[in-house]
Amino acid sequence: MNVSLTRTLPLALATLAVMIAWSASPTAAPEIPADAASVRHALSRLTFGPRPGDVERIQQVGLERWLNDQLAPGSGDNAALKTRLAALETLNLDSSRIARDYIIPAREARRARQQAAQPGAPSTANPQADLPPEMRRPPAGPATGQRQVIEELATAKLLRAAYSDRQLEEVLVDFWFNHFNVFAGKGREPIFITSYDRDTIRPRVLGRFRDLLGATAQSPAMLFYLDNWLSTSPDASQALARMRTRRPPGAQAAPNAVRSAGLNENYGRELLELHTLGVDGGYTQLDVVEVARAFTGWTIDPRTQGFRFAPALHDNGSKVVLGQRIAPNGGISDGERVLDILASHPSTARHIATKLARRFISDTPPPALVERAARRFRDTDGDIREVVRTIVTSPEFFAADTVRAKVKTPFEFVVSAVRALDGDIRNARPLLRALQELGMPSYLCQPPTGYADTADTWLSSGALVSRMNLALELGSPNSRALTVASLKDDAARRQVALTLGSPEFQRR
Amino acid sequence: MTTRRLFVKSSAMAMLSMGFAPAFLARAAEAAGSRPRLLIAIFQRGAADGLNIVVPYGEAEYYRLRPTIAVPRPGTADAAALDLDGHFGLHPALAPLKPFWDNKSLAIVHASGSPDSTRSHFDAQDYMESATPGVKSTSDGWLNRYLASTAVARNPLRGVALARQMPRSLQGPSPALAIGSVAEFAVRGGAGASFEAAYLRGADAALAQSSAEAFEAMRTLQRAAAAPRVTSATVAYPRSPFGQALREIASVAKADVGLEVAFAESTNWDHHVNEGGASGQLALRVDDLSRGIAALAADLGERMADTVILTMSEFGRRAAQNGSGGTDHGHGNAMFMLGGPVRGGQVYGRWPGLREDALFDGRDLAVTTDFRDVFAEVATAHLGADRSALARIFPGYTSTTRLGLLRT
Repeated sequence: MNVSLTRTLPLALATLAVMIAWSASPTAAPEIPADAASVRHALSRLTFGPRPGDVERIQQVGLERWLNDQLAPGSGDNAALKTRLAALETLNLDSSRIARDYIIPAREARRARQQAAQPGAPSTANPQADLPPEMRRPPAGPATGQRQVIEELATAKLLRAAYSDRQLEEVLVDFWFNHFNVFAGKGREPIFITSYDRDTIRPRVLGRFRDLLGATAQSPAMLFYLDNWLSTSPDASQALARMRTRRPPGAQAAPNAVRSAGLNENYGRELLELHTLGVDGGYTQLDVVEVARAFTGWTIDPRTQGFRFAPALHDNGSKVVLGQRIAPNGGISDGERVLDILASHPSTARHIATKLARRFISDTPPPALVERAARRFRDTDGDIREVVRTIVTSPEFFAADTVRAKVKTPFEFVVSAVRALDGDIRNARPLLRALQELGMPSYLCQPPTGYADTADTWLSSGALVSRMNLALELGSPNSRALTVASLKDDAARRQVALTLGSPEFQRR
Repeated sequence: MTTRRLFVKSSAMAMLSMGFAPAFLARAAEAAGSRPRLLIAIFQRGAADGLNIVVPYGEAEYYRLRPTIAVPRPGTADAAALDLDGHFGLHPALAPLKPFWDNKSLAIVHASGSPDSTRSHFDAQDYMESATPGVKSTSDGWLNRYLASTAVARNPLRGVALARQMPRSLQGPSPALAIGSVAEFAVRGGAGASFEAAYLRGADAALAQSSAEAFEAMRTLQRAAAAPRVTSATVAYPRSPFGQALREIASVAKADVGLEVAFAESTNWDHHVNEGGASGQLALRVDDLSRGIAALAADLGERMADTVILTMSEFGRRAAQNGSGGTDHGHGNAMFMLGGPVRGGQVYGRWPGLREDALFDGRDLAVTTDFRDVFAEVATAHLGADRSALARIFPGYTSTTRLGLLRT
């Protein structure tokens, strides 16, 4: 079918497309169709949705060349996006600044507030004391610091997805953050999550899997989220006691954390099950324990809020992980060795290939394609760019039954609507609230599995009604979120709402 | 304080006027015949302090461990524990629920909880809602697995959460609904018909089914909402979001639209600082909880004959108070079960005591009843799940203890 469509193109155009393709990429993969329908399909998968005029623009450049550009984005200036991001003050701060200026003051204010709400305190001290806590208005000021951090990060994600020229990169940031999910609602996680998104995930989404894996393993965000920062050799109680007395003021451990010596298997288990091998990847409970032992002492420095290896907390015995012996006294290299073993394991190649194919092809991707992508993963030492290239240039990607096979997640739905309307986001809050109502608030996915990437999760009846209402809201002249230049009259608005809420628009 | 006393009095009168008593309820349950039995699950998010809610006042250790936040022994203060059985007493703010204890439709399972020792809110909530402690990869919740285990036709109104997001407990393959309110569950701007037509016309089978279910549920609920409300004037829900969620649940239940499992959340139970004893922060939360449940029971009236209200919270709190007049994260906790089918008037579960050698990790109330034993009894003895379905509803778990919480 693709071949026949290509043939229908004017010969000159086709020749031009081939020439451009050749000059742009000597490693060009199989034939890439260039008809409008294929371009639209590619846009629906490699971007957060086509904007008006995108199909024509890409046809002019050539789909293959555009694709190669997206796979290797240069240092394009993205100027319009940068202007929009400039107002978000926490976006470029490091974790210790965020802790000092946003999180710790908020916690102290909350403590003071709770003290003021104490029974016996005069009721004039807190006019809202009679209200149940969820009905009290949050006081203005530093107490909102934590909320601000999460909201700015979620706003930035939305703006980047809507306006960045490096669309495939944004799609992959979304994919990899979700793969290595952390939850902003857990305790002190907001201290670390901005840096996690910016410094850990974003620079590596098209790089080597081992680098990404290693960066997440040492990220305070992951160490905190999956509790590895608490995991120690069972014999470390004396070392812990010494560390407690040395803790600087303002950097106390989370009050909930029971910092006693002992192994915490949480990270070890998720590393095997979710990050690398997959649940059927061929590991045992014993492997979980051995992996956890290898990562003891990988913790968070309370002064810098950065990674620290604490030798005194490390279990220095020998370990056996997936049949491979790790010699005693390896220190920090134990964990690195485990990551090497896992990143090069065939189960990992298959697991990652499956998840990427599920994102780009369909909920149940063709096994032959998954196998080719997994082989590419092994052959290139886990080069993500090449695995993605294998998938998105495959015949399966352009096959008829792949087109519109995916149901949009709420995030994809919201952003694709903004892009389809060429809308100007004036106020991100209503859109963030919509994401929450649709069940997909950014950075607030609690389980380490991340959000699901399959239709059954997102097709519930209540969610569909919410999507229809959001479509009406976006088309409304009173929309607080968006300005849409093209919507001149009520008939046009109505038409837009019906289009965004239609079954066709729920798919990509 | 006056308002609470007044309320207790009026709700007691309301129950009296409705003849709310177990014997009556049992008969009404038989009369109800094929009407589905109803479970209303209430999740107390934040780890409620079970030791100050169902107070082991008979134990000297309790007072030693909590010098400033303990709830006084019955009769020793104006606001003191309400005696249950000579050993346990209810927090005074639970007064609205005391009549249900007295008429034996309220049971308590103390020292219940998870075999997993996590003290992380999010892990523990996840484990309780998925009902697979220690296993994070479970993709669905136990209430949804119950719905999926039956042969009833697809109907999203069988499982309704009054929450903006589908709670983990109800996530899964069986259709269910999460709505902020019945009124909100509607397509605005009169565009419903256009959308419905577009989805019906479309060639998209999966979306057509979801939307058909949505529009059907919407119409059903709107019809029910249009019917005159028969809420007694004496039913007074708290004006909190929790109270309003319970009110919505009652209206869906009374609409007879096939509701089997409803879900509501009560929030803000995480009292690390200045928790208070008989009065204070915790008391305010308990007050909201108990007035809400009492109003719900009164509102449901004879429907309570085949209804069970079940409370749960991810874990309990430390036996000893901390340095800030609050309590840190602990382990064992108390669950409430209320309704016509409940064999009430009894505190279930083995009480491990609060002596240091009996405490879990030397600090927390130990867990002697797996929360899944309670869930499993509700699923089988109340909702009527086939025992052979238990392995699917509670994967990896074989319930070994029959508590006998329910009349069967």
